[in-house]
Amino acid sequence: MHVEGLDRLLKEHPFFAGFDAATLELLAGCAANERFAAGEFIARAQSRADKFFVIRHGSVALEIRVPGRDPLIVETLHEGEILGWSWIVPPYTWSYDARAVALTRAVSLDATCLRAKLEADHSLGYELFKRVMPVLASRLASARLRLVDMYGPPAGAVGRQR
Amino acid sequence: MVEPDKQDHPIMAIDRDGLNALIQRLAAEGYQVIGPRVEDAAVVLGPVAGVADLPAGWTDEQSGGHYRLVADGKGEAGALFGYTLAAQGWKRYLHPPRTRLWQAHREGRSWRVEAEAAPQRYAFLGVRACELSAIGVLDRVFDNGQFTDPGYAARRSGTFIVAVNCGRAAATCFCASMDTGPKAHAGFDLALTELPGEDRAGFVVEVGSPAGAAMLQAIPHGPAAAADIDAAERAVATATAQMQRAAGGREMVADAAGVLSRNAEHPLWEAVAARCLGCGNCTAVCPTCFCTSVEDTTDLSGEVAERWRRWDSCFTLDFSYIHGGSVRRGTASRYRQWITHKLSYWHEQFGTSGCVGCGRCITWCPVGIDITEEARALAESEGRT
Amino acid sequence: MDIAAPTIRPPSGDPMLPRLFRIERVKKELSDTFTMEITPADGGPFHFRPGQFNMLSAFGVGEVPISISGDPGDPELLVHTTRVVGSVTAAICALKPGDTVGVRGPFGSHWPVEDARGADVVFVAGGIGLAPLRPAIYQIMADREHYGNVVIFYGSRTPEDLLYRRELQRWRGRFDMSTEIIVDRATGHWGGRVGVVTKLIRGGGFDRHHSIAFVCGPEVMMRFAVQTLGECGVTGDRVFLSMERNMKCALGFCGHCQFGPTFVCRDGPVYRYDAIERLFNVWEV
Repeated sequence: MHVEGLDRLLKEHPFFAGFDAATLELLAGCAANERFAAGEFIARAQSRADKFFVIRHGSVALEIRVPGRDPLIVETLHEGEILGWSWIVPPYTWSYDARAVALTRAVSLDATCLRAKLEADHSLGYELFKRVMPVLASRLASARLRLVDMYGPPAGAVGRQR
Repeated sequence: MVEPDKQDHPIMAIDRDGLNALIQRLAAEGYQVIGPRVEDAAVVLGPVAGVADLPAGWTDEQSGGHYRLVADGKGEAGALFGYTLAAQGWKRYLHPPRTRLWQAHREGRSWRVEAEAAPQRYAFLGVRACELSAIGVLDRVFDNGQFTDPGYAARRSGTFIVAVNCGRAAATCFCASMDTGPKAHAGFDLALTELPGEDRAGFVVEVGSPAGAAMLQAIPHGPAAAADIDAAERAVATATAQMQRAAGGREMVADAAGVLSRNAEHPLWEAVAARCLGCGNCTAVCPTCFCTSVEDTTDLSGEVAERWRRWDSCFTLDFSYIHGGSVRRGTASRYRQWITHKLSYWHEQFGTSGCVGCGRCITWCPVGIDITEEARALAESEGRT
Repeated sequence: MDIAAPTIRPPSGDPMLPRLFRIERVKKELSDTFTMEITPADGGPFHFRPGQFNMLSAFGVGEVPISISGDPGDPELLVHTTRVVGSVTAAICALKPGDTVGVRGPFGSHWPVEDARGADVVFVAGGIGLAPLRPAIYQIMADREHYGNVVIFYGSRTPEDLLYRRELQRWRGRFDMSTEIIVDRATGHWGGRVGVVTKLIRGGGFDRHHSIAFVCGPEVMMRFAVQTLGECGVTGDRVFLSMERNMKCALGFCGHCQFGPTFVCRDGPVYRYDAIERLFNVWEV
């Protein structure tokens, strides 16, 4: 099914900047326009990662549920960012809950459809991975930097406190 | 403060009685005279009442981690200043190990803060050329163009300095390569050179200030004989020659400042750390190490609060503490800080080296770590010596 | 544009003696952080520049360096925000209105606020690092027409650790400045951003070629902030940061705050990044 204008929405998103019209049209074949109300879950942890999202507007919280506590927000994603890489990594299940914090508009790409196209065209696959990798790298860096707990009270302090 | 003015005065001479008169005259004018004396098997600085208190006939043997007092065999007739350096320098008088900065008295919910009274005036007898340089270094530290330490300034301005030139260098001495000795050129009120002689030899005297000139006028003295002036110069030349590396002496490597600034990351630091005990002896005996910490105290009633300043050392872990932990956690970074500050950063901070070549840090290091050898090893690793 | 971290000549007199100040108000900001408003017991004004610090004394307990966090345009009221990390800071925070605290200062270099006129100003704050930046924010907002965009990027551990909450809300409501907040982690009630503060820098909102950045926070944060600013086109000669060392005398006499050849109490705490870049990247300097 080809939905009129989805290739244009993809073209406007920074993640797809520089792709030619033919490729965008090809990718648009897997795409759907999505809208989530504030508080609505976009994905649930452990469910099938059958979609990949590019966020056009709004913000999304990635959460980990902890029994007996409020859900922990580990990262928020915003306009111009992508949501989800579990669709690339078998067994293709979401690792975290993704919840719209505000009204959020996104384009989703069907994972099965997308994987098939990338498998059929490795150049396209490589091009897409080149865009996913820096996102993964920066989220890993972000997680590691926060692991330092740099603003927190000193742990294992050596010396005398004034 | 001392004003160099020696050109106006011819070179004079005094004998031991003249020196004794000098000590007594200084005391009479209200100075506490501090000079070398033998205590605890070492030459140390302390109050002296006359020539009889000076270490006649004693000399010293110094090397890495080693100090020994040695008799020259002449007893009372031997040289008064035959030793090289007292174990600790004059720093402890100008910049005492512990000093009160102020006292405050509680007044209801407020306090009345009182500054310290004027300090004791000292006369220093036997200040070596390297030590004069060190005092000059401390002068810049405690009057840094932005702030003046009032306590230091008061102690310093009241001090009368009698320098004594060196006729001998210890194995740890390297003032010649630091351009700070062995002859005193400025910064003293009077400078003596002890004449080599068989029995109770006298001194050639140079005047360095109007106060020095006035003091000399007040004691028995006479013009120096040409032969004595020559002998004094030869004595100093002997000390210079003993420090030449080619003759088995000790020298600081050229451009130590550049060498240290270029080698903040170097395997040498871990190698030194493996030997360094982190005891801070080097900082205690160094005549220019000035670092301090403060402690506030109260009396039991809580009515009187005081702030005390005490020597601190960059070798302690606490020294670099900021909330969260110490910045310099390892001995390697602490030794690097000390030697880099001393030989390199000091130039940027105060326009001079922080090392005057006295060699005390070598002598009093329990494991004999040698500042000249460490700097040389870094220089050699750069492929240039 | 060539701007240096400026230093100014401090007051004369015995620099060891604290001046007496009366505590007017103590406000609890966070579980371990207090803001104290004090006035000079002698009635005279207290002038300072944004980014400078004071040495605060609790009589009989000790003295600590604390940055000034109030409005430089109000010399009648001196404001300090202090985190309780030890006995002295605890004693200072335990003082009540009407009690007396000792003050020496102001000391150190300051944010080059006047020199930044005409440029966009980017504040990057981490944790309690917002406190030393606040006087610069006040001064710039009081002289708003002389600056381009004013952007505040503030990172904190959790939403509960945000300093100056009400003020942040006010700033967020203004049209003539942009205030972005991000926290390391949060629970479900937080509607704001979660991530590292560097992500805010990447979000832009300033002219990369005509911006001055003032950065203050934990050293690790500043390291990454400077790197990200560089990637975003704000070079080291236009980035200023405030270093933390343990000043004991603030006069250059005690040696404690040495950072390479510099004394943080005199040459800092505010440095231009390119001047200290080499030291900043050596361990345990």
